[in-house]
Amino acid sequence: MSTAIAAPEFVGTRKWRKPPFIESKLLRHGLLLITIVYLIAAFGSIDVNWERVYLGLERGWKFIVAFSRPDFISRWSDIRDGMIESIIMTIASTVVGVLVSIPIGLGAARNIAPLPVYLICRAVVAISRALHEIIIAILMVAIFGFGPLAGFITLSFATIGFLSKLLAEDIESMDKAQAEAIKATGGSWPQWINYGVQPQVMPRLIGLSIYRLDINFRESAVLGLVGAGGIGATLNTAFDRYEFDTAAAIIITIILIVMALEYTSGIIRARVQ
Amino acid sequence: MLRLDSLTKRYPTGDLALNDVSLEIPKGQVMALIGPSGAGKSTLIRCINRLVEPTSGSAILNGENLTRLGSSALRRARRQMGMIFQEYALVERLSVMENVLSGRLGYVGFWRSFLRRYAQCDIDEAFRLLDRVGLLEMADKRADELSGGQRQRVGIARALIQNPQLLLVDEPTASLDPKTSRQIMRLICELCAERNLAAIINIHDVALAQMFVQRVIGLKLGEVVYDGSPDKMTPEDLTEIYGEEDWKATIRKVEDEDVAENETVEAV
Repeated sequence: MSTAIAAPEFVGTRKWRKPPFIESKLLRHGLLLITIVYLIAAFGSIDVNWERVYLGLERGWKFIVAFSRPDFISRWSDIRDGMIESIIMTIASTVVGVLVSIPIGLGAARNIAPLPVYLICRAVVAISRALHEIIIAILMVAIFGFGPLAGFITLSFATIGFLSKLLAEDIESMDKAQAEAIKATGGSWPQWINYGVQPQVMPRLIGLSIYRLDINFRESAVLGLVGAGGIGATLNTAFDRYEFDTAAAIIITIILIVMALEYTSGIIRARVQ
Repeated sequence: MLRLDSLTKRYPTGDLALNDVSLEIPKGQVMALIGPSGAGKSTLIRCINRLVEPTSGSAILNGENLTRLGSSALRRARRQMGMIFQEYALVERLSVMENVLSGRLGYVGFWRSFLRRYAQCDIDEAFRLLDRVGLLEMADKRADELSGGQRQRVGIARALIQNPQLLLVDEPTASLDPKTSRQIMRLICELCAERNLAAIINIHDVALAQMFVQRVIGLKLGEVVYDGSPDKMTPEDLTEIYGEEDWKATIRKVEDEDVAENETVEAV
C-alpha cells in the first residue's frame, strides 16, 4: 500500500501552497485596499500644529535636561512622605483587594458556582473593570475628600476586578479529574475547594497578586494627580511649581521602585511554580 | 451488597449512556466491566457514587438507595465507596501524604483538614497503607514527582484509607506500561481479597481482566450483553461486545501468558 517513494504520477506534477485565510480573491484584495485607504485617510486627519511643536520641543528638552540633575534634596521630606504614603496605599489596597477577590473569584467561576452567585460575581467584576481607576478615584475623592483613603479604596476596587476575573478563569480551566477525585472521597464543599481546587490555582493566584502589587504602585503615582494622595500628589505639586528637577527626582524614584518590584516578583513567581 | 435496578442515564445531549442496567454484586467480588469506548463504563461507575446523576433507576448499597440521598447523606455514602481513577487524578501540587489523607476528608471536619491536623490513627493508617503499596519513602514528595505506577499506588492508598466497602475503579491501567499494569491490577485484587472488598473495575484490556477477576460484565451501547466468568468467555462473546474481529489470539494469549506470569510473580 504505502511505499517509501511517492507513486510516479505525483512526482513534480502537483504544486502545493498554504490555502489563503480568506478564500474569495475579490474579498481578500478588497479588504486589503480598504485597510490601506483607511490608514492614509487616518494619518491625513491628524492635525499637527508645527509651530506649537517647535515651542514644545524646547520645554520638553528642559524637562529632559532636568533628569541629568535631579534634585532629591530641596524637597526631600515631601518626596519621602509621598513615597511612604504611596507604599502604604499600595500594600494595604493589594491585601484588601486580594482578600475580597478570592470569594468573588470563586463565585465567578462557572464550574464551581451556582448560576445566581455566578451572575452576581460576574456583575461585580464587570463594574470594576468597566470603570478606569481615575474615574473611580475622582468619585472617591468627591466622597471621602482629598487624601490617601480615596486612593486606597480606588485601588482595592480595581484589584477586585482584575484579580477575580483572572482567578475565575484559572479555576474554570483547572483539571477536572483532580477536583472530581476529592469530591469522590465524600469531602464537604470547603474541603473540596481547599484540596481539589486551591492547590491547582495557588501559583497563579500568588503570581497575579504580586503583579497587581506592581500595578497598584504605578497607579498610586497617577492617582495623586486627581487628589487621591500618594507620590502622585507630590509629583503634581512639583509640576505646578515648574520644579522639573524635583519632578525628575520623583520619577527616577518611581522607576527604581517599579524595577525592584519587577525583579522580586519575577523571582517569587519562578519559585512558586 | 450493591444492587443496580434499571439504572439509566441520558445525557442532556440526548445520548443514552446507560440503558436499564440491572445487576447485583455480592460482598468481596471483584468484577471487571469491559466494553468498547463510549459503551457507558465510566458513566456506570460514576452513577453509583453520583459524580454523574443517573436519570432513572436506583443503586442500592447495603440497603440504602444512593440515588435518593440528599447532599450530606450522599457525602456519608461516598465514604463507603473508594474510587480509583484513570490518569490517577492525584492533586499534583499536594504531597503524597496529603493525597492519601485526602481520602479521610469525608470523616474529618473542615478546620482539621485545612490545618492538616489529622488524628494520629489516620496518620498511622496512611503510613501503613503507603508501606503496603511500597511508597513509604515518598510520603513528603510532591505527587507530580512520581512515576505513573507510583502515582496509581498513591491513588489506591487514597481510596483504601476511606475504609470503603466497595471500590470503583476507572481504567486503572490505561496509561501504564504492560508490566506496571499487571502489578497494579494484582495489587488492587490482593487488597480487595485482604479486606473482603467488592470492586467494579472498568478496563480496556480484556486479557488483563481475565487474568485477575472473578466475574466479567460486557457493556455495549449502555446495555449488559455479557455477564459471567472470565474463563467461559468465547470469541463469540467478544464479538457480541466489541464487534467482528479475530479474538482467538486475545484469549489464547492470556492462557499462555498466565503461566509465564505465575513464574515471574516471585521475582516482582
